[in-house]
Amino acid sequence: MERIPILRMGSFLLVTIQVDMHDRLALQLQDDLTARIAEWDATGVLIDISSLEIVDSFIGRMLANIAAMSRVLDAETVVVGMQPAVAITLVELGMSLSGVRTALNVESGMELLYQMRGKLHAELDDDASNQA
Amino acid sequence: MSKLPDIILKHEDEIRSNWLKHMASTVRRSDLMNDRELQDQSREVLAAIAEGAKSGETSDLSQQAWSRARELMQSISASRARQGFTPSETSAFILSMKPPFFHAVRQELAKSPDEMFQEILNATLLLDGLALITAEAFTLAREQIIKRQQQELMELSTPVVKLWDGILALPIIGTLDSARTQVVMESLLQAVVQTNSRFAIIDITGVPTVDTLVAQHLLKTITAARLMGAECIISGVRPQIAQTIVHLGIDLSQVVTKAKLADAFALVLQKSGRTVTRIGGSPRNAGIQNAESGLKPEMKGE
Repeated sequence: MERIPILRMGSFLLVTIQVDMHDRLALQLQDDLTARIAEWDATGVLIDISSLEIVDSFIGRMLANIAAMSRVLDAETVVVGMQPAVAITLVELGMSLSGVRTALNVESGMELLYQMRGKLHAELDDDASNQA
Repeated sequence: MSKLPDIILKHEDEIRSNWLKHMASTVRRSDLMNDRELQDQSREVLAAIAEGAKSGETSDLSQQAWSRARELMQSISASRARQGFTPSETSAFILSMKPPFFHAVRQELAKSPDEMFQEILNATLLLDGLALITAEAFTLAREQIIKRQQQELMELSTPVVKLWDGILALPIIGTLDSARTQVVMESLLQAVVQTNSRFAIIDITGVPTVDTLVAQHLLKTITAARLMGAECIISGVRPQIAQTIVHLGIDLSQVVTKAKLADAFALVLQKSGRTVTRIGGSPRNAGIQNAESGLKPEMKGE
């Protein structure tokens, strides 16, 4: 069965949605992601939807749900790279995804996650300066 | 049976020359149309009328026989609308055919006043009908022009300006309706993607009034931008607009609003970790308050 891969980057999880989402895939992702957060003690989830071109209210709700579930499991969710058309569609559907953090691209999304977990960021800076 | 069709066919040339003479003395606009064009046009019109008249029907212009005359009227008045004729000049083009028509009728039916009256009535109804068609087509053509201009205006009036690396400004001039919001939203989001901007300042100095609908449109745009990972700030809120917003109970608590574009820009610079300092200025004058004056030397360098 088709699955969306979940990558681990330190204490963050990286999900890139490269295929058209259909409902079963979305539910599968929801299951997998919650399981991985618990398994790996993840503190942040980054979902890259830059290749997603079509959304409906179900997918929108799924994004909101994933964010809410992650928060219950003590992980922050950042959705990055939303296409203009997708953003407009979600707004027209009345879904503002108010609980979801957003960023322009993976880079700034990661930055946001580090900021939210400021401790980690500070540690990384320390490491970098030690190496230098 | 009306004698008007026969009269028109018989006197076609005479009517045309009289008509041209009459037009030359009344509604001629030589600045917009040369003699040659006018002659061709009047020949065509009269030929179309004669063709319609051949059917024997002069009161009902929706008949098949008059379709050519109708189309001709429509195309002539549409082209005149574009050329800049006034509505009255356009209708007068047809209505000035009346005197030559009546003249022909009188020549033909001088002996029986009753018949003459009847035919003059018929001719009046016919030409009035044609004039109405021209008026309608004229308005239609004007409306199309207005619509096209509206579209162009809409595209022109929503520029997205890059203020700094990662900072966009969107000055909105004019009323925001749903169609315009769509354009504004699309161009802003497109620009956010293209320039990789994290901040967008929506300046509403040029928006005359903000009602609940406009506010809703603004909030939609801001929400869409947020979904993409860009933060929006509203600037240019005039005192009256601030009052209206509060009176209408519009909730803008989720959005940062600033009175001036400069204030919003200063805030965004601060948020993106930048400071603006005056080169060689006294420490008292340095800082974000002097954004405008302090920025100039740096901008030259970019």
